[in-house]
Amino acid sequence: MALYSEKVMDHFRNPRNVGQIDDADGIGEVGNAKCGDIMRMYIKVDDDSKVITDIKFNTFGCGSAIATSSMATEMIMGKTIDEALELSNKAVVEALDGLPTHKIHCSVLAEQAVRAAVKDYYDRKGIEYNPEDFKEIEEDELHEHCGL
Amino acid sequence: MFVYADNAATTSVSKTALDAMLPYLTDYYGNPSSLYAFGQKAAEALTAARETVAACINADPKEIYFTSGGSEADNQAIVSAARLGARKGKKHLISTQFEHHAVLHTLAKLEKEGFEVTLLDPHADGVIKVEDVEAAIREDTALVTIMFANNEIGTVQPIAEIGALCRSKGVPFHTDAVQAAGHMPIDVKAMNIDMLSMSGHKFHAPKGVGVLFARKGMLLTNIIEGGAQERGKRAGTENVAGIVAMAAALKESCDHMEENTAKIIPMRDKLFAELSKIPHSKINGSLEHHVPGTVNMCFEGIEGESLLLMLDDQGICASSGSACTSGSLDPSHVLLSIGLPHEVAHGSLRLSIGEYNTMEQIDHIIEVVPKVVEYLRSMSPVWDELQKGQRQHLI
Repeated sequence: MALYSEKVMDHFRNPRNVGQIDDADGIGEVGNAKCGDIMRMYIKVDDDSKVITDIKFNTFGCGSAIATSSMATEMIMGKTIDEALELSNKAVVEALDGLPTHKIHCSVLAEQAVRAAVKDYYDRKGIEYNPEDFKEIEEDELHEHCGL
Repeated sequence: MFVYADNAATTSVSKTALDAMLPYLTDYYGNPSSLYAFGQKAAEALTAARETVAACINADPKEIYFTSGGSEADNQAIVSAARLGARKGKKHLISTQFEHHAVLHTLAKLEKEGFEVTLLDPHADGVIKVEDVEAAIREDTALVTIMFANNEIGTVQPIAEIGALCRSKGVPFHTDAVQAAGHMPIDVKAMNIDMLSMSGHKFHAPKGVGVLFARKGMLLTNIIEGGAQERGKRAGTENVAGIVAMAAALKESCDHMEENTAKIIPMRDKLFAELSKIPHSKINGSLEHHVPGTVNMCFEGIEGESLLLMLDDQGICASSGSACTSGSLDPSHVLLSIGLPHEVAHGSLRLSIGEYNTMEQIDHIIEVVPKVVEYLRSMSPVWDELQKGQRQHLI
């Protein structure tokens, strides 16, 4: 069996929503170059409806890091901020028809990149939120997942 | 175009090796330990293979032990020297940070049993200095084990000098020559090597067969107990066909070493020259002390696994020392040992070419790699930050 599912390889070979948004409303970056993966997500948000109208990503990382970034952007495009925050790494893994066990952390990074972008949007717009809800993003900055 | 450029991982079985082994699978399948002539036919083949292998490294046939491969040979050599040393109260082992895991993990096991292990750092050029070995040797040193050539970066160690030093100090010297055998001249007598490991599949023999050379007087400890095969030092019915193929492959590689090297070096040098034109790339390991076919480079701002997957899509088989391909959380211990920062080591590419590669294939690699690097950089936030001056270039 190949390392990755066909869906993973499709999203790796033809990643959706690659790029940057110059006038983004929120930018989230998670991961660490030392660990070998960084994901950065850009979102445009409609202030009234809170719908994500555009999303782009840049990723430095392995095949599954690129594929999970791509899938996550596809899953929250056109969704509201609240819906985006409900995106779980598990849902990303399922949408990709699974990931090898040692690659699950890539899907966690993808989930956190989305949350980091939303948090940045809240910060920029002065929207109040419970910091506890975004605690895991801060924790990830310690990069415990790669032991550094 | 399909390009197999991972010959340091494994090689194809040569026609010579295949032709040599087939009769021992089909016609002469007897057990070499059997008394009857049909079994003795296989035993004779083993004797001939032992003589052939011995001749290739200037050893005595009695000093050649057939194993299941390089890892087993490394395990047995190191454990044997450790047991021998321990009997004399010597429990210090010297090796290097960038050995193969077959060596490092065996040493780690012995460390847990109470042995003290000194792992020398290679210098930034990927070469161990003889002075460092000399400084590390103590009264209670039971073994020095240093690889002949590094499997990832291809650097060749000063084996003859280390051998002479160890002999003068009376310390047994083992070398893991898995990446050198069949590719570089080896003379165990002239180089003062006490034990040496080889793996058949790195020089066009099948997988699952290797050699431990142990100089007369080196008392071996069994790793596999059982029958009296290999003079009682390695039990298990011999892999006759594999051994015959390995001897044929080694002889072929040694007989054609000069012409193979002459063919491989221009291909390797073209890869180095052309791929070095990629901005912020780096060649890993000394070019002066190098096996013919190994090219190891880092490209800043990208990660090795995605590079390999994209090369695979273009028909190119290569390897990388990134964490994602090493199966661990850290990038290659070899690249870290020569001082590369983690973020650079993640972007490594190893191309290992052999005499079966062609210049057309090299041209294909040269055409594809820069495009893939550029594409991956275009979506890399690390490269973006490097470009914008928000992050310092490391190479």
